[in-house]
Amino acid sequence: MTAIVNISLKNGVLDSQGKAVHHALDSLHFEGIKDVRVGKQIILKIDSDDHDKVRADVTQMCEDLLANTVIEDYDIELIK
Amino acid sequence: MKVAVLQFPGTNCEYDTVYAFEKLGAITQVIWHKEESLPEDIDLVVVAGGFSYGDYLRSGAIAKFSPIMKAVKKYANNGGKVLGICNGFQVLTESGLLPGALKRNESLHFISRHHNLKVVANDNTFLEKLSVNDVVNVPIAHHDGNYYIDATGLKELYANNQVLLKYTDASGEISNPNGSVDSIAGICNKEKNVFGLMPHPERAMETLLGSDDGVKMLEGFLSA
Repeated sequence: MTAIVNISLKNGVLDSQGKAVHHALDSLHFEGIKDVRVGKQIILKIDSDDHDKVRADVTQMCEDLLANTVIEDYDIELIK
Repeated sequence: MKVAVLQFPGTNCEYDTVYAFEKLGAITQVIWHKEESLPEDIDLVVVAGGFSYGDYLRSGAIAKFSPIMKAVKKYANNGGKVLGICNGFQVLTESGLLPGALKRNESLHFISRHHNLKVVANDNTFLEKLSVNDVVNVPIAHHDGNYYIDATGLKELYANNQVLLKYTDASGEISNPNGSVDSIAGICNKEKNVFGLMPHPERAMETLLGSDDGVKMLEGFLSA
């Protein structure tokens, strides 16, 4: 099973990278962009088919290491 | 006074820290991160600056799982004094020994220069040799020094006099180099035995090298 973890700064926490990218896109004349957030993606290949257990394990990994929940939110997607 | 200075792979300020504390007359010992215990009868643990584990994932995120950090947590929870400088501050926030987090500088630039800091609270071991509103000049050198804490956390910091230092200009007016909440440069925990700051007092020990204001700061630990 593959677990895809998307990590981004929480709403309300200023995303300087997102702001800089937004600015760069504006200067390239791409129109209508309302907001840009830059995050990171961590892809884990896990030797298990137990959906619930994998989700619980990856959640624990996020809480312990992958994300800093003081400033970041995470989202887990599982793919068979 | 005996000081233990932690060394992770990628730490690069451990010998500056040793130099600073030995200049003040302390006995120092560099402790490799794989050690599982701290030397007995030490008076202070310093988590030195640098780029532990290459800052991979997040600054300080991997270092917090090093064997020595378990011992540091136990030491701190028993009232032992801990000082985190720069990357050491990041390690302490990641470890949960200090509140908040250090984000990428708002400008996205690595900043390396001398900066002025204003003392905000001195009812603690670290800054007791200085007065509130004193301005010190010390180097800063960081990419992830943008201190963040939510509004509730910030209120608590102020209520307990945990905000220690703010970035200012030479006259003490706020001058924020990195986007930190309220221009905060250094804090301590509620119990006032764990201290963290992004600037480098250990690099401000000689007027020949630009400033010796770090002496007055680090001296605070000597009387402890």
